[in-house]
Amino acid sequence: MGAAPASRDVTSHGMGLAAPLALFFLVFFVAPLLQLLWLSLHNDTAALHWGLGQYLHFLTDPFSLSVLGSTLLLGAEVTAVCLLLGFPIAWLHQRVGPRLQTIIILIVLLPLLTSVVVRTFAWIVILGRQGIINATLQSLGIIDTPLKLLYTQFGVVIALAQVQMPLMTLPLITALGRIDPNLDDASCSLGAGSWRTFFRIVLPLSLPGVIAGCTLTYAAAITAFITQSLIGGGQMLFMPMYLYQQASTLQNWPFASAISIIFLLAVLAVVSVFTTLGRMSRGYGGA
Amino acid sequence: MAEAQGGRSLVVDAVTHRYPSGALAVENINLDIKGGEIIALLGPSGCGKTTLLRIIAGFIAQTQGRIIIGDDIVDALPPNRRAVGIVFQNYALFPHLSISENVGYGLAARGVDKASRQREAQRLLELVQLPAMAERLPRQLSGGQQQRVALARALAIKPSILLLDEPFAALDKNLRLDMQIEIKRLQRVSGITTLIVTHDQEEALSMADRVAVLGHGKLEQFGTPSDVYDRPQTLFVNTFVGSSNRMPGVVVSADRTAAKIRLDAGTEIIARPAGGALAEGRRVTVCIRPEHLQFVGDETGFAGVVGMSLPLGATVVHEVTTADGSGVKVSQARVGETRALENGAAVRLALLAPSLANAFPATL
Ligand SMILES: Nc1ncnc2c1ncn2[C@@H]1O[C@H](COP(=O)(O)OP(=O)(O)OP(=O)(O)O)[C@@H](O)[C@H]1O
Ligand SMILES: [Mg+2]
Repeated sequence: MGAAPASRDVTSHGMGLAAPLALFFLVFFVAPLLQLLWLSLHNDTAALHWGLGQYLHFLTDPFSLSVLGSTLLLGAEVTAVCLLLGFPIAWLHQRVGPRLQTIIILIVLLPLLTSVVVRTFAWIVILGRQGIINATLQSLGIIDTPLKLLYTQFGVVIALAQVQMPLMTLPLITALGRIDPNLDDASCSLGAGSWRTFFRIVLPLSLPGVIAGCTLTYAAAITAFITQSLIGGGQMLFMPMYLYQQASTLQNWPFASAISIIFLLAVLAVVSVFTTLGRMSRGYGGA
Repeated sequence: MAEAQGGRSLVVDAVTHRYPSGALAVENINLDIKGGEIIALLGPSGCGKTTLLRIIAGFIAQTQGRIIIGDDIVDALPPNRRAVGIVFQNYALFPHLSISENVGYGLAARGVDKASRQREAQRLLELVQLPAMAERLPRQLSGGQQQRVALARALAIKPSILLLDEPFAALDKNLRLDMQIEIKRLQRVSGITTLIVTHDQEEALSMADRVAVLGHGKLEQFGTPSDVYDRPQTLFVNTFVGSSNRMPGVVVSADRTAAKIRLDAGTEIIARPAGGALAEGRRVTVCIRPEHLQFVGDETGFAGVVGMSLPLGATVVHEVTTADGSGVKVSQARVGETRALENGAAVRLALLAPSLANAFPATL
């Protein structure tokens, strides 16, 4: 109560300090976004006639819808793989000595220290027809003809999962690190085995980290233009590439704008589902 | 008396623990605790109390020695199979579960159905006098209330041994006293063998049937509160439990029960040789509690000069510098209007009664 005037002071200072960023945001994000919206509301490529034609076109075109669908699905698959692989790493990080902890953190961060392009080309080397996996399997005599790994959904998911893994693992490590280690012991001394302790205590308490990790991974995976197009190749089309083709190759800016607005709304919808879940689980944090 | 229905005996048999880092936390601890007893584990910070507690609970596997509960050697049992209830220093309530679910957690792990669980949780919450809190989350409770919930949660599994790690450390003085009485009452009712870790000597002396004093990982003494307070076996116990003046002196004559000692401060007193017989001429450290010294008007005792006087409620503590330059504290009951002793006043001090002092061989 007594702190109210003081806190108002603090906020007004905060606003002043945020002004440069706000200005930057206004000029380089809000303005282009409005321009995009304005463009998307025109029926012809010259942007002379107003109308909802571009949106109608997208929403009634099975091909466009399938691109949107497979992009959202791709995000879900990558997120699931990252969660399943990332959780054990984060959990392990909690349970080992300080030296191993440093090594785990280093391994987790390593992907961030190399360029996405380099990492993606590495995956091409691994997944290609004469790549490391196929060569190994063939020399072991397990397969006769090379498996098709590159230019498949599977290949894209695996490569993206590796590229985005830190975005999942780091929030998980933070969330697990916040859990009081005594809770584990308390659960155990009350007669619970390790599985019960995991599902009733550790998992619920790490939910804020799970939600944060999923949101970040999902948003990063569906917009990962480079990895998607290099590993997916010509046959697999996802929203970022679709958008790029329309704008850059076909010069159909109004349609490209409509695609990006729809994509933006779809992503926002998914992310807001995550954040709602996160807010519901926030009650668990603290203590 | 419904004696100790739930309480099993606990034997700590020559337990030694060395952490992987090389720190020797406890060394050759032997405790023989009867079913239904309250034991206080008393010692300064870092002496290995928590380590010993965690070994008994099964969170740490000791390097050497055995833990025996009832007739069973439990060293091979994981914590969830030892039926040992533990209340952690920070309570460690599950923050995302309601109070009722917290208390019922152990029962859920035992496969008890939800209705019986809630009934039992309610019964226990009434026992710890928090019947209206069942639906709240832990963070909506005060520290003292959380502490009682942690106790109810530990009691729910009907443990045969109850371990409490500094259970009152976070409570203010009045609440602490309430909770001490509360736990003692619950313990009497349930008869559970209870081990309380504390570094508060008053708490140990007031609550426990027997007190185990730990110093630097070693068991210094294990006995009743009056044993520990009145008949300390080591200099460490004498100075750690209660306050004590340490006065150097030399043995004039001694047998097994009494020693005549010439204090450097300039008087002869009779002291109890605490660590066994003392040889004539041996240098000793004599411990005298402040409340066992009195000011005398005649020429007996030894001389000193009054320094600071601290009024502490029921008593006044005076600091007196003796002839050999060392300082002693004298505690005087405040009866009516005790005449204030002036700074710098010359006084004489003597023991209230013979044999209230303990003599220990001097180490240097
Ligand atoms: N995990 C650990 N690894 C290495 N050494 C430890 C570990 N835990 C405790 N120790 C050391 O063992 C000794 C005993 O620690 P312990 O926690 O049992 O003390 P304590 O008596 O409970 O102290 P306090 O009253 O401060 O809680 C200390 O010297 C401590 O530094
Ligand atoms: Mg401790």
